[in-house]
Amino acid sequence: MTPDFRTYHDVTGDDRSGLLEQVGRQRERVRARLADVSRVVAVMSGKGGVGKSHVTAGLAYAVATRGEGAVGVLDADLQAPTAARLLDARGPVRVGDDGAEPVMGAGGVRVFSMDLLLAEGQPLRWREPESERFVWRGTLETGALREFLSDVRWGALEVLLIDLPPGAAHLADLKSLVPALTGAVAVTIPSEESRRAVERAIRAAGDAGIRLLGVVENLSGYACAGCDSTQPLFPGDAGASLARAFGAPLLGRIPFTPAPPPADESGRVWPPPPARSAAVAVPPVVPSSLVDAFLEALS
Amino acid sequence: MKFLCVDCDERMHFEERDVPGDGTFAAAFTCPRCGRRIALLANPMETQLVESLGVQIGGRRLDEQPLELVRQRVVGREDAFEDAERPPRGRPAWSPEARERLGRVPNFVRGMVQKIYAEYAAERGIAEITPGVMDQARQELGLEGM
Repeated sequence: MTPDFRTYHDVTGDDRSGLLEQVGRQRERVRARLADVSRVVAVMSGKGGVGKSHVTAGLAYAVATRGEGAVGVLDADLQAPTAARLLDARGPVRVGDDGAEPVMGAGGVRVFSMDLLLAEGQPLRWREPESERFVWRGTLETGALREFLSDVRWGALEVLLIDLPPGAAHLADLKSLVPALTGAVAVTIPSEESRRAVERAIRAAGDAGIRLLGVVENLSGYACAGCDSTQPLFPGDAGASLARAFGAPLLGRIPFTPAPPPADESGRVWPPPPARSAAVAVPPVVPSSLVDAFLEALS
Repeated sequence: MKFLCVDCDERMHFEERDVPGDGTFAAAFTCPRCGRRIALLANPMETQLVESLGVQIGGRRLDEQPLELVRQRVVGREDAFEDAERPPRGRPAWSPEARERLGRVPNFVRGMVQKIYAEYAAERGIAEITPGVMDQARQELGLEGM
């Protein structure tokens, strides 16, 4: 005889696991941690290799050294993290009862990245069964991003820049973790292929209710040091085209320069590389006009 | 998840949990009326799926630790973390056997595990952490993976 089952809610008493409550507390921790962060901005692209991390690090360094307030960079590219290297942020990560401290990078930028946690040259690996890893890998990666948001003592920041991995879906995941996301900056290179990929990513951002703050065109020509001119690198004008199509500002174009210049457009001299390593990175340079436009878009 | 004793139409009470191996999650329940006991065995994939969310099946008995998911699951560099606070005075001592056992925990997660055991002992007025205390804490706090 089939038992006359009651429903889950008919059977009184708490669900011991309380999984939904646990997830709710995780979200609350993210919200509480970011309460003193004025703006959270995602730097995204639909395409890899366009220089998102370069733009993120350059913007962060420029804003921080202008004295516009404290700046943080969260490297959400867990598989190919580069932000720590670009900003010369080095561990170990100090952990206390209230969370992990971000590592201070160039210009005082507060950085957190999987790069700080992985052994040199080693890929991101999880302590889990190898089989069927596609089932849980995405969940674990989102969990790691959540912990980077909630468990790092970011403190009071004017802006927290989040360097996203390539692809359209990551921005929606971030939005679910940070409902108060200020907006996104899209990075492209001039080519038509990049324009098409970034267009998809921007549409996905719109679907997720994320405001496009502007577009940055990277590798926008080759700045020839010998003849003081800029020559095209890729055919196309993806930056301007995307900005027009989505009614957002073209924040700037960044030409490729063969070597880091000694000073930016306003004549500021970059600090000399620290002597700790001969191969240390110099923070990427972004044009001052781009920084102005970015700050304007935030206001 | 709730378990109902069909014969008694009574909600069964949780008794204990364990991770017996291969990623299986086990939990035992008892009917408070007739005493019938059952065990739930969740297969490793189901367990993995749920725990990937950073939640604990069977409920949390310990506050979430900073970067808990990352420190437990990522294969990271040995020197990735250091304690921001110096251990306060009055913390329990570690027996040589317990220290040796702690030494077998990967360094990536060792600081977190050490802190959990130390707080467990301090809260209970235990002066020395031994392997027995560690086993007791694992059982009570649901630290099967540590």
